[in-house]
This record gives sequence, structure tokens and C-alpha cells, in this order.
Amino acid sequence: MERLVSIKNRGVKMAARLFLGVWMIVVILAAFLWAPASVDMGQISRIIFFHIPTAWVTVLAFLVCAIYSVRYLKGRAALDDLAASFAAELGLLFCVAATASGSLFAKATWGSYWNWDPRETSIFVLLLIYGAYFALRSSVDDPARRGSLSAAYSILAFVTVPVLVFVVPRIPAVQSLHPADSVISAGGKLNMDARMLLVFLSSLAGFTGFAAWVFSLRLRVARISARLAVPKEAHI
Amino acid sequence: MTSSSHSVREALAVLSKDLRSEFRTRHAISSLLLFAITSLAVVSFSVSPYSLDADAQGAFLWIVLFFSAMSGLSRSFVKEEESHTVMALRLAASSDSVYIGKLLFNIVIQAAAGVIAAPLFLLLMDIRPAQPGLFAASVALGTIAMASSSTIIAAMISRANSKGALFAVLAFPISLPGLASAIRSTSISLRGGQAGAASGDIRILLAYSVLMIAASLLLFDFVWND
Repeated sequence: MERLVSIKNRGVKMAARLFLGVWMIVVILAAFLWAPASVDMGQISRIIFFHIPTAWVTVLAFLVCAIYSVRYLKGRAALDDLAASFAAELGLLFCVAATASGSLFAKATWGSYWNWDPRETSIFVLLLIYGAYFALRSSVDDPARRGSLSAAYSILAFVTVPVLVFVVPRIPAVQSLHPADSVISAGGKLNMDARMLLVFLSSLAGFTGFAAWVFSLRLRVARISARLAVPKEAHI
Repeated sequence: MTSSSHSVREALAVLSKDLRSEFRTRHAISSLLLFAITSLAVVSFSVSPYSLDADAQGAFLWIVLFFSAMSGLSRSFVKEEESHTVMALRLAASSDSVYIGKLLFNIVIQAAAGVIAAPLFLLLMDIRPAQPGLFAASVALGTIAMASSSTIIAAMISRANSKGALFAVLAFPISLPGLASAIRSTSISLRGGQAGAASGDIRILLAYSVLMIAASLLLFDFVWND
């Protein structure tokens, strides 16, 4: 019976994976072929189908990392610490992707790859935080201590980042050039063509699903290797 | 009531112990001050023929103060690890009192460096702040904000392997909100602006310090006792 359930589960997982793959292919094709380009920005506007979802996953991974950190400090399960670090790894990866794609967009529309626009500043700080998180992890040997130090750091960083939302726009260097009106207008109304919006939301869902899938894979590998590690030590 | 007054007394005992040992060795204050003075000299030496605008001056002052804090503030916990007194301190005082005591010590040290470095900065750069009160308030609040964010980071890196380089790496992203507001209100105080131009930044500095101290109090136990 248990075996039957596990086979059925495997079937569902397989179907979900296949669906995700087809979904992403359709989203990518639609982003280039089906959705119209923005009138005032031209073909470059298609970057929003990829840039904003990567930035969204970056922030989401940051949140997941903080949640697993709290869980680790409460329950001291080694797997929670690993999960927090996997979330941070994913976040770092997507943060680099978001920074690079945003920088390309900046070059195309404002003429320079980097100019400390408020959004650029905040993504840069996130990049620094992820970097510092891994620097801290790599310099502590004892797993339990590494877990609690890095968990405390990620929670502290998570508390700080919202403050940046108030601080960064006050930095006098540059007025924001980030195209806020292209997605959501000042009145809070969605300002997108219906087809663009559909592709954009599908891409958001697809990227989130993709990140969740990679995250669950990492967790599974960690679980299996933990299970394998126990009898090996028992032999010794 | 008795327990809270007890932990206040404990925190003050940690502070006075640290101050006494600092007075004997002058380790933290000398590295802080020497760093501040050398970097001030470099800045003043390299820009003395030019008169900078207030934004650049405010940024220079805080670069000096931030990195001098980075060179000195980590001592408070690293010192305990190096002299193998961590265990004794852990037994003698509760973790909250240790945190508060170390925080007060860091504020005192950083303020002592600021009291010398900030007037020296004005003197060497030949600046007369348009709003001296605001200037003093920005330096004082910025000092508190920096100490409140870096005390727990100092505790973290004292438990890690590479103690020196890691401190600035970990502290910078966390301190940035406080640092940016301090730079901005300092620049306003040097340039002069209409009344209340810096009130938002002063409020951010206060809120940020309170937030950091509260978060550190919640998390310090995990950092200190593991």
C-alpha cells in the first residue's frame, strides 16, 4: 500500500515537473513572440518578463532563508540550517541574474550600466548580505555554531532591509530612473497590455515554481545524504 | 523588579570591567583613534588645496568614523576569546547583561574617538558647520547607531575563524541604513538648510538604533551561548 502511494506520488511529481518545463517554454516563447513590446520603450521592454521575476525570487528566497533561520534557532534541526543556506544560495544566484539583467536594461535605456538608482542600491545591498552570509558560513567549522551564527545574521539582515526602503530614496545621489510607471502607474492601477500582463504573471509563477523545484531537489539530496551518513558512522 | 535592577547592575559591572581593562591596555581606543587620525590626515592632505562641497565632506567624515569603528569595535568580544575569559564571563553574567554592557562599552569607545576625530576633522578641513547643534547630534546619533548594529556582529565574528576581515564585510550591509542617514544629516548640518530638513534622517537614526538593539537582544543569546 505504502509503495503504491509512493509510486502515485512519484507520478504526480513527474507530471508537475513536466508541466513546469512546458510552462516555462511557453512563457519564453510568448515573451518574445506573442506579447507586444511596450510603445515607449520598444523591444527592450521584454526584459520585464525575466528581470522582475528574478528580482521577485531573490526577495522570496531571502524571506524563506529568514523563516528557516527562525525555525533552526527554535528547533535546532540540522536540516533547517541547510534549508536556510539552500534558500540563500538560490537567492544569491537569482540576485546576480536580477542585477545583471537590470544592468543591461539600464545600459539600454539610461546609457550606463550602473548609476546607483535606488533599486540598484537595494539590490546591491542584498547581494552584499548574501555574500556576507556565505563568508560567515565558510569561516565557522563547528556545524551547530555555524547554524546559529548564520541564522542570527540572516534574521538581523532581514530586519534591516525594510529600513533601507525608507532610507535609500533619501540618498541624494540620483533621482530614480527606474520605470515605475510601466508596470504599475502612480495611482496603483496596473498599466499593462492584457497580453503583456498575462505573460508577465505566468512568468512570475513559472520562475517561482522553478525556484521551489530546485529548492526541493536540494532538500531531498540533503535528506538522503543525511540518511546515508548515519550507518556509515555506525560502522566506524 | 529586583531581577531587572539586578541585570542592570550586572550590565554596569560588565561595562566597568571592560572600561578598567581598556584603561590598562588602551588597546581598542588606540587602534580606533590612530586609525581615525591617520585616515583624517590622508583625506585632509589629499584634498587641502580644494574646497569640497558639504556632501563630500559629510561622506568623508563618516568613512573615517565607520572604518575606525570597524578597526576597534570588534575588540570587545575578540579580546574575551583571546584571553580565554569567555567561559568565565558566560558564567558570571546573563547574556542580556553581557550584551548591554558591551554595547555601552562600544558606545563609550566610539564616542571617545568621535569627540576627538570630529573637531579635528572640522579643524583640518577648515569647515565651520552651519548648524553646529545638528552636527553634534548627527555625530552622536550616528555613533550610537553604528555601535548598536556592530556589537552583535562583533560577538559573531569572535566565534568565527577569520576575525579581522570578516567584521567589515558583515557589518557594512547591516549598518548601511544608519550610515546613510548619518551622512545625509551631517551634510545638511555642514551646508545649512531650512529648519527640519534633517528631521527625517534623525528620526530614522533613532528608530534604526532602537530596532537594532531590540533585534540584537532577541538574537544575542543564540550567538553568545552556542
